[in-house]
Amino acid sequence: MILERQILNQRDIQITIERLCHQLIEHHGDFKNTVIVGVQPRGKLLSNRIIIELKKLLNTNNIESGSLDISFYRDDLRRRKEPIVPEVMDMNLSLESKNVVLIDDVLFTGRSIRSAIDALMAFGRPNSVELLTLIDRRFSRELPIQPNYVGRTVDSIDYERVIVEWKEENGKDRILMVKSN
Amino acid sequence: MSNLSVDHLLGIKYLKKSDIDLIFKTTDNFKKIINQPIKKVPSLRDITIANLFFENSTRTKLSFELAEKRLSADVINFAAGSSSVTKGETLLDTVNNILAMKVDIVVMRHPKPGASVFLSRNIDAKIVNAGDGAHEHPTQALLDAYSIREKYGKVEGKKIVVIGDILHSRVALSNIYCLQKLGAEVKVCGPSSLMPKHLHELGVTHFSDLKEALNWCDIANVLRIQLERQDVNYFPSLREYAMVYGINKEVLDSLEKEITIMHPGPINRGIELSSDVADSKHSIILDQVENGVAIRMAVLYLLAGKVKN
Repeated sequence: MILERQILNQRDIQITIERLCHQLIEHHGDFKNTVIVGVQPRGKLLSNRIIIELKKLLNTNNIESGSLDISFYRDDLRRRKEPIVPEVMDMNLSLESKNVVLIDDVLFTGRSIRSAIDALMAFGRPNSVELLTLIDRRFSRELPIQPNYVGRTVDSIDYERVIVEWKEENGKDRILMVKSN
Repeated sequence: MSNLSVDHLLGIKYLKKSDIDLIFKTTDNFKKIINQPIKKVPSLRDITIANLFFENSTRTKLSFELAEKRLSADVINFAAGSSSVTKGETLLDTVNNILAMKVDIVVMRHPKPGASVFLSRNIDAKIVNAGDGAHEHPTQALLDAYSIREKYGKVEGKKIVVIGDILHSRVALSNIYCLQKLGAEVKVCGPSSLMPKHLHELGVTHFSDLKEALNWCDIANVLRIQLERQDVNYFPSLREYAMVYGINKEVLDSLEKEITIMHPGPINRGIELSSDVADSKHSIILDQVENGVAIRMAVLYLLAGKVKN
């Protein structure tokens, strides 16, 4: 992999997350009927950050959240060399009549989100489902799926990849565009 | 994590520890799924599975069928009693005919040891052994070990005694392989006439005395006396067997510690286990049944990932 450029640095990411949280509050108010759901594995870290920020802004500890494993709902089980190994599913909640904000780090083809919407429906019939993504790789969609909240929109081509690194895993927050070999 | 090292589940003997760990990790998630309001996932919707049962089975067959349906696979069932096998068709012909209908995975139970290995060498489908004679019953061993892991957090270091008819039991052999691979200590207990000759080659020793065995172990996996496989009398009478090797409340109360009771089913109540033990808090028999569905979902899911388009 060859590094092409840095899309966001640590400070940019913090500002973006704060902005996204304000937008969420604009639409969901006190979050009494809203559930934040992070898509495993990469959306989980972002949703953790968003929940921390929302709690700070709303001065509350009561924000319902879960993390959703989508492995069994994917459409590429037999198209991969490696198995799709499931991640931890933490969804001890009902989504019946709730407003759901689905969170993932990068939106690319839209296939993961399609799987996530399918997986969500096993937990009840939500009132509405919205999508928040930190990076939207536009013009790459294979399904008619669009995010409601976007951190940064980037234009990219097939052989490019967006890598999101988090402090918790890599020592610092940054988002990179790389060229895969 | 890497893929399963095998293309079929023929026996625990052929699995690596990493395979068992991968199956358990996948099972954890399926366990959550089968406790959700909607218990079905679409993973195997383009896979067809044939359940070939050349020998009677209730819970294994139901458990596999439920696992397949919860994964959204297409399922066809076959029972030897009502088929052309009774007209003299060979195993290979029967299976090839079924495969001509484009089946991706075959789940097979057969009275002859090695039947599933034979099949895997001759046909182009993934094979899951659901019990072959007195040889192996891998999914049972996996669900037993998984149930122990669930109750104690780990299998490593646990002491397990398998009690009963070891000679005729495929569950015993698969259990020994599986638990040993996971780092547990396994011993067996029962009448000497029901012990296989080459037990020591597996690194397993034998207790003749039930109480001694129960005092040693953390978990007792109790097996049924398989009268249907016994061609000669291995012990004087079932009544005598029950008196010497039957586990009842008095026996459990007389032990120095609490142990966990497991049984692969079907239970012969009053023979190997009394009802007050089978239904007590010591028993995790019904957990085993629940875990059986999740384990079979995991095995089918991982093998299906290897089916080529």
